[in-house]
Amino acid sequence: MEKDIAINGDNAIALAWKQMDPDVCAAYPITPQTIIVERFSDYVADGEVHTEFVCTESEHSALTLCIAAASAGARTVTATASVGLAHMWEMLGAASGMRVPLTMAVANRALSAPINIHCDHGDAMASRDTGWIIIFAENVQEAYDNAIIAPKIAEHKDVQLPMMTCLDGFILTHAIERMTPIADADVKKFVGEYDPVHPLLDHKNPVTHGAMDGHEYYFEHRFQMQRAMENALKVAEDVFKDFEKISGRRYHALEQYKCDDAEFVAVCLGSTFGTLKETVDQLRNEGHKIGVMMPRLLRPLPFEAIAKAVSGKKGVIVFDKFMTLGGFAPLFEDISVSAGSLDKIPKLYSFVYGLGGRDAKVDDMRGALLEVIGGNAKRINYLGVKL
Amino acid sequence: MKSLKEYTDSPTRITSGHRLCAGCGEGIISRMALMATDKPVVVSCATGCFEVSTTIYPYTAWNVSWIHTAFGNAAATCAGTEAAYNALRRSGKITEETRFVAFGGDGGTYDIGFQALSGAFERGHRIMYVCMNNEAYMNTGIQRSSATGIGASTTTSPAGSVVPGKVGYPKDLTLIIANHNIPYAAQVSPHNWRDLIAKCEKGYEANGPSFINAIAPCPRGWRTEAADTLDLAKLAVETCVWPLYEFENGEYRLTAESAKIAEGKINKKPLTDWFNAQGRFRHLAGEKWAPLIKKAQADIDAKWEMLQKLCEL
Repeated sequence: MEKDIAINGDNAIALAWKQMDPDVCAAYPITPQTIIVERFSDYVADGEVHTEFVCTESEHSALTLCIAAASAGARTVTATASVGLAHMWEMLGAASGMRVPLTMAVANRALSAPINIHCDHGDAMASRDTGWIIIFAENVQEAYDNAIIAPKIAEHKDVQLPMMTCLDGFILTHAIERMTPIADADVKKFVGEYDPVHPLLDHKNPVTHGAMDGHEYYFEHRFQMQRAMENALKVAEDVFKDFEKISGRRYHALEQYKCDDAEFVAVCLGSTFGTLKETVDQLRNEGHKIGVMMPRLLRPLPFEAIAKAVSGKKGVIVFDKFMTLGGFAPLFEDISVSAGSLDKIPKLYSFVYGLGGRDAKVDDMRGALLEVIGGNAKRINYLGVKL
Repeated sequence: MKSLKEYTDSPTRITSGHRLCAGCGEGIISRMALMATDKPVVVSCATGCFEVSTTIYPYTAWNVSWIHTAFGNAAATCAGTEAAYNALRRSGKITEETRFVAFGGDGGTYDIGFQALSGAFERGHRIMYVCMNNEAYMNTGIQRSSATGIGASTTTSPAGSVVPGKVGYPKDLTLIIANHNIPYAAQVSPHNWRDLIAKCEKGYEANGPSFINAIAPCPRGWRTEAADTLDLAKLAVETCVWPLYEFENGEYRLTAESAKIAEGKINKKPLTDWFNAQGRFRHLAGEKWAPLIKKAQADIDAKWEMLQKLCEL
C-alpha cells in the first residue's frame, strides 16, 4: 500500500492520468478544472508521460480532437467544467454516437447566466441525455479512483461509450484532502493496454467513422447504444470488484449508508453524500431512523436498485444541486420514476439546494430532514433561498 | 512529378458510385488531391455535400480510413488523428508513415470551422486542409457564405428589387491562413490538374500545416450546366476572381495561368465574362446594377495588383 498524501481533487486527477499515461490528452482550461490541465502540462513538460498533449483553442475542438484521436486508436482523456461542457455539447453526442470510449473529468460548476464559477450540478445534468456514462465522487479519493476506473468501464467491448467522472467544483477540485494513491504499476496493470475497435490508423483495414444514417438505421444504432448503456451497469459492478483488489475500496452503482432499517432515506450526488452521512449519524443519535444513498452512477441509472432501496420507506428526500425551470429537479425525477415501479410508492420530497456554490452544511441538511420527519415539508422545497 | 497516366493508375481512394451531382467540382478536386501522395492517408471531412454524398450508411465511397465528427471542426478532427499518430509512433505501436488530410466546403472552412482551422494551424499539426469552395452552403440549398462572391443570388442573399444579391466581398481566406506562419498555402483550380496535384504534393510534404483552397464549381448553386464545370473553374482564374498562387516558406508566387497573365502572355478577362456565364448573376444584366459591376471590376483589379506586389516581395 502506498503512503497517504495530501492532495486536492484536480491534482489527484492529474496524478491518475500520469499513472495511466494516456496516448492523447486534448483540453482547454476552465475554472475550476484548470489545475488538472496545468499539472498534467507539467508532467508532459518533464517527460513523465508519453502523452501527446494538445492545448486547444476551445472546448469544442478539445473534445473533437479527443474523439478523432480515440477513433484513430489512442487512449484519450480530457477535462472540463460548466460552460466548457456546454460548449462541447454538440460533440458529447458525437462521442457517444461514434462509440468512442474516451474519459473526461468534469469539475462541476454552475452554468451561466448569471456567470458563476462555483459548484452545482447544472453542467452534468444538462449533459445527462447525451449518451455518456456519468459517475460522481464523494471526496478527493473517489475522484482519483473514478479517473482510474472509468477507462475500464468505457472501453469494455460490451460498452464502448464515453464516460465523465464528476467532482464537485472547488469543494473537491481545490480542497486538499488525505488520499491513498495506488502504486504506479498497479494502475498501469489495472487499466491495461488500450485495445481500440476499428482504429483509423490500421491502414490494412480502412474504415469509415461517422457516416450518415437515414431513418432506416438511425433508430437501430441508437438502440445499440441503449443496450451498451444497460451493459455498462453490470460491467461497472465487475470493474468495482476488480478495483477493490488493488485499492481495498469497494464501490457500488448505488451507495447506501444506514438505509436498511431506515424509515426515511435521503438521496444526493457528490460531496453532499459526506455531509448527509454526518447528518444521518446525528439524527440517529437522536433516535430518528434515517439513512442516505447516492447513485454513484447517474447514467446508467441503477433504477432497480433504487426502487428496492426505497421500498417500504416512509419518506424519500431527494437533494438536487440543480433546478429544472418549469419541471422537476432531475435527481428527484429519476428517483421518483424509479420508485414508480413499486406497488406502494413512498412519499417523495424534493429539496433544491446549493445553487451557484451556496454552502449547504450539516445544520442546513438537518433542518430539511427534520421538516420531513415532522411532517412539515412541502413536496417541492428550495433550501436556503432568500425570498 | 509523375505523368498523368501514372497518376490515373494510382490506387483509387475515393470510388465512383458516390452521390455527388453530375458536374460537381468536389469529386474532381478530391480525387486529384488524394493522388498526390503515395503514403497512406487518414481523411477527415466536415459535414457538407462531400460528406453526405460519400458515406450514406451502409455504403461508403472510401477505400481509405475516413472520419467525420461534425460541421465546424474538420481541422480539429484531422488534428486529433495526427495527435494519435504522434503518440502511437512515440510508443512504437505504429511505424508506417501516414499523411493526414481534411476536406471541407466553404461553409465548414470560411465560416463555422474557421476557429478550429485557425487553432489547428497555430498549433502546427502536420495536416493538409483542402477547402473545396463552391461559394455558398450548397448542401442545404444554396445559402450565402463568407466565400460567396459579390452580387451572387443565393437563398439567403436573394436578388431583389432593392438588394443585388450578396452584398460585400468574400473573405480572403487563403491570405488569412498563409499569415498563420505555416510552411505552405495555395489556391488551386480543378481545370489545371498539373498545378493542383503539384501543390498538393508540396502540401503533403510540408513540415507543418498546409492549406489548399480550391475553387469548386457547383452546377446547382451557380445555375450552370454540368458539362461547363472545368471551363468555369478556368474562367475564375482568367478573370482573376480566383488567382492561382502559392505561399511557400514565406514567399508568394503566382503559378500557371495567373503567372502568364502577370507576364502579359495571356489576357486577363473582364469580370462580366464571369457574371454572364452563371445564372446566379443573371439579375446583374442591364443598367440597374451597372455601378456595382463597375465597382466590383475596380476592386478585383486592385486585389490582383496587391497579389502581384506580394509576389514581387
